[in-house]
Amino acid sequence: MESLFRTDVPAGAPRVTIEFDGAPFSVPAGLSVAAALLAAGARATRTTPSGHAPRGPYCMMGVCFECLVEIDGVASRQACVTPVRDGMRVRSQHGARVLRVVAEGPSR
Amino acid sequence: MDAVDVIVIGGGLVGSAIAYGLGRCGRRVTVLDGADDAFRAARGNFGLVWVQGKGAALPPYATWTRGSQTRWPALAAALREETGIDVQLRQPGGFHLCFSDAQMQQRATMLQALCDELGGDYPFAMLGHAELAAKLPGLGPRVVGASYSDMDGHVNPLKLLRALHAAAQRRGARFVAGQQVDAIEPAAGGYTVRTQTGRFDAPRVVIAAGLGSRALAAQVGLNVPVRPNRGEVLIGERVAPFLDYPTTYIRQTEEGTIQIGDSHEDVGFDDGVRADVLAAIAQHAVHAFPLLAQMKLVRAWGALRVMSSDGFPVYQESERCPGVFAATCHSGVTLAAAHVLRVAPWIAGGAAPAGIEPFSGARFERAQPSLQPVH
Repeated sequence: MESLFRTDVPAGAPRVTIEFDGAPFSVPAGLSVAAALLAAGARATRTTPSGHAPRGPYCMMGVCFECLVEIDGVASRQACVTPVRDGMRVRSQHGARVLRVVAEGPSR
Repeated sequence: MDAVDVIVIGGGLVGSAIAYGLGRCGRRVTVLDGADDAFRAARGNFGLVWVQGKGAALPPYATWTRGSQTRWPALAAALREETGIDVQLRQPGGFHLCFSDAQMQQRATMLQALCDELGGDYPFAMLGHAELAAKLPGLGPRVVGASYSDMDGHVNPLKLLRALHAAAQRRGARFVAGQQVDAIEPAAGGYTVRTQTGRFDAPRVVIAAGLGSRALAAQVGLNVPVRPNRGEVLIGERVAPFLDYPTTYIRQTEEGTIQIGDSHEDVGFDDGVRADVLAAIAQHAVHAFPLLAQMKLVRAWGALRVMSSDGFPVYQESERCPGVFAATCHSGVTLAAAHVLRVAPWIAGGAAPAGIEPFSGARFERAQPSLQPVH
């Protein structure tokens, strides 16, 4: 993926490795997930639940909710307000989330 | 300015429905709508087209409600044809969930009494947990059962409001925004309605001003004792469809949005929200459907119901000022079809619709206990 963005992180600054849709990316430590994904060349990071239109990080300050991704198994997290962490697994979201039916305990 | 036949005070669900219905009767209508800071129940409601349980204390209300529910498909079709807007009416039947055997028993007793009162023509069923879980996947173990009625359904209330406005305008109604009405005064050939910025004249006037109706009605000798009753609503993100039926407190919209709401709060003219109330609403929803715990909430709001002192609508023509009508209720969605197709032709000059007499404000002259709304 060719990025539209350049980071001003100095060469040799600490880096972490995150996974995005199964592929590993080395990104500067301290970035938000959204910034890291954009720096790594990601464009659309989800499609909308109803219209299935592509969306990517936009406001970068926690307001627009366009950057929702699944992080470490938790869906609909705001990538722009979540710092990267080494080993983090990020997945793009497509369409509406499917809520998993929780196994029922014994009746009442 | 062109002469108008009817001035409708209020551009919410009740006023817009009546304005559209008057337009269908060929009447020229001006709708005086409030300002942006008005209390607008029409923008905060839940969207049920609901019958079961309503009218337990006044069976004619059950009949009146049902008379709207059965006309709803015709209204939705007319709105779609006239405006192109699909208000997303779905009437698959609806559930009221119960969390204890006592609740089940109470519900069954109440619905059976209503059914008997209405001569048996009142379809409902009580379902136990297993039977219910087959219809509602993801049902929580705390749910003991539910009442079901195929009379019930839901609609997108914001699309409804937009469609009513569009349809009324297409029929020639003029909406004037930002109008706060000060006075309704008899004048040659009818009435003058004075607002803070203008005056409007017509032979007939409809007071459909929600919580503002009380003071306006008093000016023409009508008794409309409405008070605010707050309901808070939580909105969840859009998720894949899992809830095929509306329930009294949880529904899923056509686009996947989860709407949760249930509070009845006597807090005056305060349409805010409280964390403890929202927490209780969320807890209740997770007990009903544990999978909702995974869902992100995206917004919450409070809105003020327009609640009369016995919980039922008021429809009445003033004796002192003939041609001035009051119309108010807290079920502007469910009753929209009755307002368009039954109340408006009456206001236009036709006969009063059958079954409307019990909703005269004259009933408040007799002392009555205050009742909680039930649905």
